[in-house]
Amino acid sequence: MSPQQVKTLEGNEAVAYLAYRINEVCAIYPITPSSTMAELADQWAAEGKSNVWGNVPLVVEMQSEGGAAGAVHGALQTGALTTTFTASQGLLLMIPNMYKIAGELTPTVFHVAARSLAAQGLSIFGDHSDVAAVRNTGFAQLASSSVQEAHDMALIAQAASLEARIPFVHFFDGFRTSHEVNKLNLIADDQIRAMIDPALVRAHRQRALNPDHPFIRGTAQNPDVYFQARETVNPFYAQLPSILQAKFDAFAKLSGRQYHLFGYYGHPEAERVAVILGSGALTLRETVAYLEQQHGEKVGVVQVRLCLPFSAPHFLAVLPASVKSIAVLDRTKLPGATGEPLYADVVTTLTEAYVSGILPTYAMPRVIGGRYGLSSKEFTPAMAKAVLDELKRDQPKNHFTVGIVDDVTHTSLDYDRLFEIEPEDVVRALFFGLGADGTVGANKNSIKIIGESTPLYAQGYFVYDSRKSGSRTVSHVRFGPEPINSPYLIESASFIACHQFNFVERVDVLENARPGATFLLNSPFGPDQVWDHLPRRVQEQIIAKGISLYVIDASKVALETGMGSRTNTIMQTCFFAISGVLPRDEAISKIKESIRKTYGKKGEDVVQKNFVAVDQTLAKLYQVSIPTQATSTIETPPVVPAEAPEFVQKVTAAMMAGIGDQLPVSMLPIDGTYPSGTTKWEKRNISHFVPVWEPDICIQCGNCSFVCPHSVIRSKFYHEAKLKEAPAGFKSAPINARGFPETRYTLQFYVEDCTGCGLCVEVCPAKSLQQSGVKAINMKPKSPILEQERTSIGFFETIPVNDRSRVDFSSVRGSQFLEPLFEFSGACAGCGETPYVRLLSQLFGDRLIVANATGCSSIYGGNLPTTPWTKNAEGRGPAWSNSLFEDNAEFGFGFRLSADKHLTLAKQLAQELENEIGPDFVNEIIHAPQTTESQIRQQRIRVAELKTALIKLDSEKARDLLSVVDHLVRRSIWIVGGDGWAYDIGSAGLDHVLASGRDVNVMVLDTEVYSNTGGQMSKSTPLGAIAKFAAGGKTVGKKDLALQAISYGNVYVARVAMGANPQQTLVALREAEAYPGPSLILAYSHCIAHGINMQHGLKQQDLAVASGHWPLVRYNPALRQSDKNPFVLDSPRPHIKLKDYIYNELRYKMLTRINPAEGEHMLELGQQLVNQKWEIYEEMASRGGSHLIPTPVSNNK
Amino acid sequence: MDLSTTYMGLELKHPVVASASPLSGTIDGIKRLEDGGAAAIVMFSLFEEQIRHENEAFSHLMESGTDSFAESLSYFPEVEDYPVGPDSYLNLLRRAATEVDVPVIASLNCVTSEGWIDYARQMQQAGAKGLELNVYGIEADLETSGAEVEQRYLDILTAVKSTVTIPVALKLSPFFSAMGHMAKRLDQAGADALVLFNRFYQPDIDIRELEVAPMLELSSPSEIRLPLLWIAVLHGKLNASLGATRGVEGADEVVKYLLAGADAVMSTSALLRNGPAYATSLVDGLKNWMEARAFTSVRQIRGSMSHHKVANPSAFERSNYLKVLESYRGEYM
Repeated sequence: MSPQQVKTLEGNEAVAYLAYRINEVCAIYPITPSSTMAELADQWAAEGKSNVWGNVPLVVEMQSEGGAAGAVHGALQTGALTTTFTASQGLLLMIPNMYKIAGELTPTVFHVAARSLAAQGLSIFGDHSDVAAVRNTGFAQLASSSVQEAHDMALIAQAASLEARIPFVHFFDGFRTSHEVNKLNLIADDQIRAMIDPALVRAHRQRALNPDHPFIRGTAQNPDVYFQARETVNPFYAQLPSILQAKFDAFAKLSGRQYHLFGYYGHPEAERVAVILGSGALTLRETVAYLEQQHGEKVGVVQVRLCLPFSAPHFLAVLPASVKSIAVLDRTKLPGATGEPLYADVVTTLTEAYVSGILPTYAMPRVIGGRYGLSSKEFTPAMAKAVLDELKRDQPKNHFTVGIVDDVTHTSLDYDRLFEIEPEDVVRALFFGLGADGTVGANKNSIKIIGESTPLYAQGYFVYDSRKSGSRTVSHVRFGPEPINSPYLIESASFIACHQFNFVERVDVLENARPGATFLLNSPFGPDQVWDHLPRRVQEQIIAKGISLYVIDASKVALETGMGSRTNTIMQTCFFAISGVLPRDEAISKIKESIRKTYGKKGEDVVQKNFVAVDQTLAKLYQVSIPTQATSTIETPPVVPAEAPEFVQKVTAAMMAGIGDQLPVSMLPIDGTYPSGTTKWEKRNISHFVPVWEPDICIQCGNCSFVCPHSVIRSKFYHEAKLKEAPAGFKSAPINARGFPETRYTLQFYVEDCTGCGLCVEVCPAKSLQQSGVKAINMKPKSPILEQERTSIGFFETIPVNDRSRVDFSSVRGSQFLEPLFEFSGACAGCGETPYVRLLSQLFGDRLIVANATGCSSIYGGNLPTTPWTKNAEGRGPAWSNSLFEDNAEFGFGFRLSADKHLTLAKQLAQELENEIGPDFVNEIIHAPQTTESQIRQQRIRVAELKTALIKLDSEKARDLLSVVDHLVRRSIWIVGGDGWAYDIGSAGLDHVLASGRDVNVMVLDTEVYSNTGGQMSKSTPLGAIAKFAAGGKTVGKKDLALQAISYGNVYVARVAMGANPQQTLVALREAEAYPGPSLILAYSHCIAHGINMQHGLKQQDLAVASGHWPLVRYNPALRQSDKNPFVLDSPRPHIKLKDYIYNELRYKMLTRINPAEGEHMLELGQQLVNQKWEIYEEMASRGGSHLIPTPVSNNK
Repeated sequence: MDLSTTYMGLELKHPVVASASPLSGTIDGIKRLEDGGAAAIVMFSLFEEQIRHENEAFSHLMESGTDSFAESLSYFPEVEDYPVGPDSYLNLLRRAATEVDVPVIASLNCVTSEGWIDYARQMQQAGAKGLELNVYGIEADLETSGAEVEQRYLDILTAVKSTVTIPVALKLSPFFSAMGHMAKRLDQAGADALVLFNRFYQPDIDIRELEVAPMLELSSPSEIRLPLLWIAVLHGKLNASLGATRGVEGADEVVKYLLAGADAVMSTSALLRNGPAYATSLVDGLKNWMEARAFTSVRQIRGSMSHHKVANPSAFERSNYLKVLESYRGEYM
């Protein structure tokens, strides 16, 4: 056995490490939670790290998982050792190629961070639905349960695949294993070489397509031979289990870690046995061991590693003869099936064995199956015990569920929530932090320190909320003397740290504190004052559980030591100082070592600053003496206000409070339908600084609310008499417009929903004439004005929303009197996308239907618990849905088809009923113009009248017409998504939909990178920008989607950037919507993935336009009818150099650091590209209307 | 004609030197300065504060938004190794030192003593032929005394001199109570050259926007007077070379500085205005002037009109200032 190198790695890295070392080609596409594997492979390739064959693997990002699978298939067929990494719907997109790859007996391993499939809702979290969906492809399936196992299996699967010629899906639980950090023994290169037989690699190459000895593979076969040919592979599948076991055995000799196809753990004479695969197996193993040791129970567990082909002999061989009952647990759901896959395999195996007389048990065991852990639902020892206990019953529940309360079909098992088995010698720590405060990073660092420089073992798992701004994180960290294999959250913590003081009011941070635990609180109040500022609940918990309380003002220490808002190093130091995991001095010196390692490359200053922070921390950490009685009058505020609707009170509020796990099945919508507009009930209060309005300075231009990403700025005009009811301090100004006597104007900030991005202040053009630095909007501390603003908002909401027909839609200012029907989303502070989305909702919201591609916009638009798409006082608002990532154009196109079909049907039925309704009225309603807002309003009145008439008619036809009558008001159909969708995965569909001629509107929120999955390159990424999968800077220019669409001639196209020209944005959106054919809007969206201070996002938009990187254009085919040039350039000739735009952004600047020469070269090329593009645009803009090919075509309506 | 001169121990083919400016920001720019005829090139200043700020910004932007949302735990590829601190400056210096023949003098502006020492050492290692310490600062802290400021200059010089073996110049501000005495102390502390004078950041106020407006104007020939005065006063009294900077618009200013006693005459604004090749014009102008007066070497003219050589030394002193005022007969007199 080789000496073993110990590392602490995330599951994804542990797997990618092996996959990269063995393979020659990786064709990939990012998808959560597998993306990290691909990113690491790309990073290592960029760094020139070689595989065990002495060459640097080729890592290539494709346009979709379908594309990746195709590339994998091609590379395999031509002899390269090839792999890919994926999950969920991504794996499903690979299915067609998987059949081919397996059918052609091609060795490869697909590494899958197993994830839920989007069904009634999307989920990024872990279960086995994806791998269950590819069981038919012919791939073998190997399941790992832990970080170490996933690391080992990545190698073993490859070795077995090469020998058996059967491709493998190697999977492990998304997030639970893929994102868990744990200590492991790293497999050395010589061990890898010892496992992979070079002769088999050469044999693989020998089978490759080669014109030097040609053959044909991939024929089309007829009924005469297809069937038989399909059966030829049987021997290969038959041999696979033995080959794999042999590889397990060989690996054991090299590493000391012995695996089996089916691992049995538990009492040798167990009567009750559970069968399970994946990380849940570890929970069961721990539980079984506990029940056996503590209670002498005869229980056991079979951990399935090779799920497919399911080897009956191997399974039967591990089953103790004493087994009387078996519970099979599946982490997936097959609605309507006789049972989930593993259950079906076990039942079939036992039945066949019984029939054949080879059953190893004394009698045929009773088998029950059940589901657990869907979408990373916790699977705890208490649940594992409940399953084993269920087997004691005379009539155990079959097809059960565990971990939820199913009060509809009563499948769920009860479990004892207090059952706990964790050993005393494990330090269990919970850390509550904000994404922005570095808590997670600090904990990962602590795990590394302890895992890699002490004999202790460490495990970390991190829980994030579903917001991109002000996101809360909870770190679950264990340290102990033995390997830690507890794949579930900490329920009984010996150490709890709360890194944000305001959490103590809103989150039950001590719920999971065990008696005698230590509680570390980042508090602005010192040891003598803090007690009086704690809520009563917290005081009571501290006293009742005998908790020791420590406080530090980490925010102050951070500020004093130049660390800004990053309190991570400070809180980490406190943890080591009081948790006792390591002796204090040793811990501090290790923290410093680690700081040097982590921040060394960022400069000595950063290192020194952290050192100072560490030293300062120890002096400012205090233990608090605890009174004997709780005295606080601070109570936990209600999650949502009393006026919130019932569903929000009962369901949404539970999710918001973090107790969504307790919601029973009956409380949840049956088909994924949720009410609109729930963000308004969640006052997140994430920013300490908010904008404050100065009415005397304000020029009422509307720019601030136009750019506000979170719709927190509202304007209304109203009669001055209304002010008589206004509370003191309510701000108002005479409206700055002629023809509105006695009219007042108010700009109201919803401060509790504000993220403090500052875009409004940046864009405000009105400055004080007397005071330097004072604008009409200024950022100020929130707490002194909060109560006043709450009162003001309350009054503001009593002022009626301005009548849409009285508002000037054509100006930025006028548009901002329209009510936003998209508000308070969880997007990043300063998001560049949401202002466009909000504008869409203002302009067309009450008749808007949105198809939203998966991505940032589907997450901030549709991630529970609360969602931002809302409705107006009439109950109208955007209807929104997300189908998938790749199909969004087609999905929205389907909306159009329905609308067209039902509009026609409505017209037809109306005509058929014209005698009953009145022919003139029918004629009027069918032919009503619906271009302007007032026309639409008139049509709404007609439709309302028609409905009344139809209800009175009470006939079948009338009822039919009623069911489609709403279509008589023109719908605004928008297809919204990011550049990952539009330029890459959905490109073909988008192209097809644009070519259809139908009236759909497409809004591409172009961040020039995959923002939602963490900054991977798309075909929109510009030349020279660094992104994941373009770590050395993108070497190909951005695709010009505008020109591509213009080439159809009948597609309305606009490229907009509201930071450069908000008026042009407004005009483009309105023209696109009014145009009766397909429209495409490309909207420059600054993004956190650009590496900018988001406060300057609009400035960057302006510079992008000024430099010529993002020329503002409109191509309006409607102009061709009057022989005008449809192509209009809306931005002036570039007047700044490209570098003056791009070098404000880290994505470009980074290249100048890591490779200055390449940076220089890219800049030169980039400038040339901009110049050339501008020339083309200028030439197009100067043509006559009839000189722009192709010739006009009519729209297919 | 012998135009050669010795400046801070460096043998220069003539006295016209390109001083720190954006022109030396790229290797191409440095080569153009050499081709344009500069006898030596002072590189643009490396500002410690700027490096610290950039590093902090880089690190902040890299971490921004990380570990917040489960799908996007980071936004940029992890970069294992990238240059931090002065690396890019040093890389440029290294290339310049090998790719151009004229001496390249590195320029440095730091805020910490470690910064001065570390960066100076690294600059020498990168091949700088000399160092120019640009001790620049607005003493806005009312608690800092003049003596403390003077001591800081001396401390910096001493620290750098004890670190490097290449010659070290100090670029000075004129705002010392006793400029001459200060120059003498710096000379005694081992300065190889004094460069007179630094141009200060002097902001303006924008009365329309009510904002402080950073203003940078290129120097004009009228600015020659103050350095001319002090070069004339100091010439011949110090071991350190004297570098003249400010207001060199044409050959006339070069001549004037040399007459006052400068060992090297530096130009930024004129080269920025007229391009790097303008150095040759300056040298040609100097040659023409010398030819017309039958001078054969720069040595002959250097300092010939300095304080201790000029026929009327008081012309350089305050008494003369009074006379000038008295002689003023403007329209309001």
